[in-house]
Amino acid sequence: MSAAAPVKVYVPRDAAALSVGAEATAQAIGAEAQRRGVPLELIRNGSRGLLSFEPLVEVATPAGRVAYGPVAAHAVADLFDAGFLHGRPHPLAHGRTEEMAYLKDQERLTFARVGITDPRSLADYVAHGGYRGLRAALELQPAAIVAAVTASGLRGRGGAAFPAGIKWQTVARASAVQKYVVCNADEGDSGTFSDRMLMEGDPFVLIEGMSIAGLACGATRGYIYLRWEYPQAHAALAAAIAAARAAHYLGEDIQGSGKSFELEVRVGAGAYICGEETALLESLEGKRGQVRFKPPLPALAGLFGQPTVINNVITFASVPIILEQGAEFYQHFGMGRSRGTLPLQLAGNIKRGGLVEKAFGVTLRELLYDYGGGSLSGRPIRAVQVGGPLGAYLPESQFDTPIDYEAFAAIGGMLGHGGVVVFDDSVDMASQARYAMQFCAIESCGKCTPCRIGSTRGVEVIERLLAGEDAPRQETLLRDLCETLTYGSLCALGGLTPYPVLSALNHFPEDFVKPERSSASA
Amino acid sequence: MTSTPRRVIPLSVEREPSLSAAEHSAVVEVCGRLAGLDGALLPILHGVQRALGYVPAAAVPVLARQLNLSVAEVHGVVSFYHYFRTTRGGRHVVHLCRAEACQALGGRQLEAHAKRVLGIEFHGTTADGAIRLEPVYCLGNCALGPALLLDEQLQGRVTAARFDALMQGCRSAAEPEAS
Repeated sequence: MSAAAPVKVYVPRDAAALSVGAEATAQAIGAEAQRRGVPLELIRNGSRGLLSFEPLVEVATPAGRVAYGPVAAHAVADLFDAGFLHGRPHPLAHGRTEEMAYLKDQERLTFARVGITDPRSLADYVAHGGYRGLRAALELQPAAIVAAVTASGLRGRGGAAFPAGIKWQTVARASAVQKYVVCNADEGDSGTFSDRMLMEGDPFVLIEGMSIAGLACGATRGYIYLRWEYPQAHAALAAAIAAARAAHYLGEDIQGSGKSFELEVRVGAGAYICGEETALLESLEGKRGQVRFKPPLPALAGLFGQPTVINNVITFASVPIILEQGAEFYQHFGMGRSRGTLPLQLAGNIKRGGLVEKAFGVTLRELLYDYGGGSLSGRPIRAVQVGGPLGAYLPESQFDTPIDYEAFAAIGGMLGHGGVVVFDDSVDMASQARYAMQFCAIESCGKCTPCRIGSTRGVEVIERLLAGEDAPRQETLLRDLCETLTYGSLCALGGLTPYPVLSALNHFPEDFVKPERSSASA
Repeated sequence: MTSTPRRVIPLSVEREPSLSAAEHSAVVEVCGRLAGLDGALLPILHGVQRALGYVPAAAVPVLARQLNLSVAEVHGVVSFYHYFRTTRGGRHVVHLCRAEACQALGGRQLEAHAKRVLGIEFHGTTADGAIRLEPVYCLGNCALGPALLLDEQLQGRVTAARFDALMQGCRSAAEPEAS
């Protein structure tokens, strides 16, 4: 085995993998190989999304990549002894990665390369089909690019689910000296991490998608507004942008086309509201992240008052495959008016948390039990919050709801950015409702009264309700207040905070009655 | 109508503590480097916080003058964003996640533990100046909670014991740095 080419070993550099020791594992593998005189090539890939198996180490064998995990640094020597470099069995082995139950039936379109390629290598990206979408777009008229995105049925993946093609068309038709493409990478919803995983695991696909948007809309400047909480994603994007620029995929005269597109990363400063598109634009302009009145739409008067395409990371990252494979290919996935795939994120108290990209139509129950394997604690799952801190808490009776924008709206919930947060039966739903109001109070931008003041009053009313002070009256007051928030708020923060509050109250009323004790929740 | 003696409320303008020469030149340097950007204020505030560890109140008028903004505009931006700190303190910063996915795995108990063992509330700094505790709403590590960010390093599956070990690591690493 001495003269053979070095074996390729993959250890993720994804922040979640690093959070449970991937760096130490990578170093241990390097050191152990050196000690044994075994040549190996260590590749720092993105995460495959099986987060409960992180650090998930993969070895390239003639039969394909073989997975081991979770591999702590102290287990490395044992893996060498067992012959893991040849894909041999070991208690931590899971066989071929592609055949693992969690991955086998996923439909990875947007996440096709995440975990597979080296996110720092443009050559690897291109070798795995990267930049085919941009090449196709460069052959098309701008209107034809917009038409393809419209025909694909792609809707904004940030949460609002607005048809991307229609937004792009508005910008394309607007005339201005300078138009902008802005990526909303302020992924603030609890239970979501798909943007982060994508930016860390395949940053080039985001850059490619934004470049295509620039071509389609006649915009030559782009910004990625990234939350400060993601330093690892920042490093990955910076490296990828530099590599793309050096290879003339960004900058002037992209691939000899005469078209240009400049891209810059801007870092947020910890404000949930900046995930709201107009607040984000204000923040990019160097101001307080306060929500703007609409109209005018950002598509017509967005960043610095100019026509602006603003979409979420996953929306842009889904565009290259649409251009490469055609709108029908993408449109073929999904159900109803929800076309394509959604990268779902299983989080919270779940045994096998991680990323599951599936076509719309998969049910919540399949995600929770077939993929997630039930709760981590082993106790019954009592409630699931879908769609971030503004999403509804769903009881077991609603677990058969398919992942579909309209189906979720029909049960008084929302899909949002595809985060699924699981709670077992130890959860106190009243304190979750109180937290939702408190979160709104902390994160309100302060521009509109229902959100700014209503949220603070909401916390107080819930506390009085829990203390049993004239409870029926407090409940009426809370419902009234929620109605004011719903219909009177300027944006989704105030407008949707009633979702978690009222869903907790409606589905779990028993938690709001504290017969003996009169103390407020912990 | 009897006249009450005129009461004089002493009004004294509290003088802002001024920046040291080194701090002042750091602020001016950051401005000089980044002021040409469109919408430069946030990148500049990040630069100042990176250079000084916080954004001192005394930096606000300097920034305003450099950027041709009003003091109110700059103060408004600094105070709007949770990430910008206006007080010094903490050789290490722990951002502890308070969001739902971490709550589902005992995040609230970890928060209580952290406050108890450090002896501080959120936004506080330990007496030895080693650790500052800040809340954060989601770190994107929701499948491996409870999570925290220690300086720029994400940590997952943080138990009380692991939290204590991390803090111990901070303190032992901080000693030579501090001397």
